[in-house]
Amino acid sequence: MNGRAIGIFAVVGLLALVFWVSTPSVKPDGVRIGFVTTLTTGTGVIGADMRDAFELALDHMDRTMAGLGVTVLYEDDAVDPDIGRQATERLVQRDNVHFVSGFIWSNVLLASYRAATDNDVFLIGANAGPSQLAGEACTPNFFSTSWQNDQTTMAMGEVLNSKVSNVYVMAPNYAAGRNMIAGFERTFRGDVSGKALTQFPDQLDFAAELANIRAAAPEAVWVFYPGNFGTQFFQQYSQAGLLGEIPLFSTFSIDALNLPLIGELVEGTQMTQFWSPDLDNPANEKFVTDFRAKYGRYPSFYAAQAYDAAMLIRSAVEAVEGDLDDLAALRAALARADFQSVRGSFAFGVNHFPIQDFYLREVVRDDDGAFTTRIVDVVYTDHVDPYAKDCAMQR
Amino acid sequence: MTLVLEQALNGVQLGVLLFLLAAGLTLVFGIMNFVNLAHGSLYMVGAYFAATFIPWAGSFIAGALLALAATAVVGIGLEILIFRRLYHRDHMDQVLATFGLILFFNELVLMVWGPAGMAIAVPHWLSGQVTLIPGVPYSAYRLAVLVVGLVAAASLYVLVSHTRTGMRIRAGASDRQMAEALGVDIRLLFTGIVGLGAALAALAGLLAAPLRSVHAGMGEDILVLAFVVVVIGGIGSIRGAFIAALGVGLIDTIGRAFLPRGLDALFSDTIADAVGPALSTMLIYLTMVMVLAIRPRGLFPAPGT
Repeated sequence: MNGRAIGIFAVVGLLALVFWVSTPSVKPDGVRIGFVTTLTTGTGVIGADMRDAFELALDHMDRTMAGLGVTVLYEDDAVDPDIGRQATERLVQRDNVHFVSGFIWSNVLLASYRAATDNDVFLIGANAGPSQLAGEACTPNFFSTSWQNDQTTMAMGEVLNSKVSNVYVMAPNYAAGRNMIAGFERTFRGDVSGKALTQFPDQLDFAAELANIRAAAPEAVWVFYPGNFGTQFFQQYSQAGLLGEIPLFSTFSIDALNLPLIGELVEGTQMTQFWSPDLDNPANEKFVTDFRAKYGRYPSFYAAQAYDAAMLIRSAVEAVEGDLDDLAALRAALARADFQSVRGSFAFGVNHFPIQDFYLREVVRDDDGAFTTRIVDVVYTDHVDPYAKDCAMQR
Repeated sequence: MTLVLEQALNGVQLGVLLFLLAAGLTLVFGIMNFVNLAHGSLYMVGAYFAATFIPWAGSFIAGALLALAATAVVGIGLEILIFRRLYHRDHMDQVLATFGLILFFNELVLMVWGPAGMAIAVPHWLSGQVTLIPGVPYSAYRLAVLVVGLVAAASLYVLVSHTRTGMRIRAGASDRQMAEALGVDIRLLFTGIVGLGAALAALAGLLAAPLRSVHAGMGEDILVLAFVVVVIGGIGSIRGAFIAALGVGLIDTIGRAFLPRGLDALFSDTIADAVGPALSTMLIYLTMVMVLAIRPRGLFPAPGT
């Protein structure tokens, strides 16, 4: 090794040391929660919405749980499984958090969850619901306040059974995209006349796929393009002249975050979902009203899930009266899910995914002319995901 | 058949975007022997400038022109402050320094414009469709991208092949020392080339923005493709970059459009579903490997390199 290389290593080492030492250390007492989400890249608005909802939940509990102060550390995963895993490891090993929550992307969650669950840190998934974690890889330290990926698209397949006989399906090619299509094909009895799996997360230009859709002339198109991907997809669907030509259905592609941008294009469009801002229960009314008052916009479903994650954590911490070292009691308290969910009744299945209702909702304008969604029908009641039977956990 | 034509249009549209990015890259690489990884950052900065200036100017074209000028200034500033000190260093130092610039620019746009990213709306006079192929309405905006890209490519061709400046650029590419000895002001020429490359990158960035959105790190995804184009075309060759860019655009689009279907016909559904998307992603790189195996210096290596 020559002198220059040693010099470089010395500088890098010194910088690492300075970074390590200068990182603010967390107070030893209180509840420490790590929240891994996407705060940069084109989908950073989703992470910001989840953080806002989590903060609102903390406001609602005066930032204490069972008398203990709460510290939340927000980390960015940049839609990258490696970065997400490193952030999770940092939270667990350096910051000694008691809970890790967040996780928008299934591929990021799959790469990261063991960094928490293997070290007896509870992971409360607040969006991604990969099939592996619901089935054979289910683990006692993982809980979800969202859904399993297949469920929402199973509901969509059910809805389309009574509307069309063939559908062209499109989704990004990653863990969740493949789950979504699997779920759809599980219940849709008609013909899947075409299928396009696009690159994730790089591909935002869908010219080739849209041309294929036009040529295939299906009765309807169903897509899964979350966040920013949905914004681009709907705009390009419109630019290609397909809007109004071929009916468009979606799941997780239209949300409160992109509705202000694409509301005009997707007004009247239908989707399936476990929740909607107009869902009628006291917890949801409080959540939506206060969220709109604090942030001046409708909360997205991502926000609803993050809000529930905070409430679930509080319910468990209060059940054990702040004794965060009693992991067994904490785990049992989490599994009881004794809190007021924004979706109304809330219960965990054997695999720690919620058993819940799924609705058909459509894009409408509210009284002020802002775009939002409204529930038009109930598709499933107390729906259990199809992988729960493969989970080895027993009650 | 109309589908093949439409997909070919899509391929050419992607191709001209890649060309705009690759042109600056290949000039800088070929003439100055300088590896500029930060070229993708100029693409990103151009898009951010456009997203800022277009609403401010109230006009897509005026905002776009402002963004081009502003990005050229950024490029010239980079050349004077940083690149100039790196020309005589080896490639590894250049890669390290310009990789550092990527990180710098990504953090900078996060600080200036925030983490959420931005959007550029398609101007309303281009949001419709035009019927180019009977029975197939085509997005007016995509067609405009194609036309603007081709015009830019033609202008660049005229500039390089039929003007005095172009002659100096070509002379610099063939034999830098000789050109310098004959009185060409190489320093000024290099600064100008980086500025021109930056403006072209910005043009690519702002044209792509309505289709791909504007966010930190947007340059890296497409920079890899641009490098593939430069290598296939032959380092330093504008003509090579143009042909390679169209080729890569066409192969990528046609591959994505037809490969999964072709596999469907050959294999079972599950295999085709798994292999199709992966294989169509790899197609460009396979092409590059094949081209390099047959012509190690690319399709049109610039003389003297």
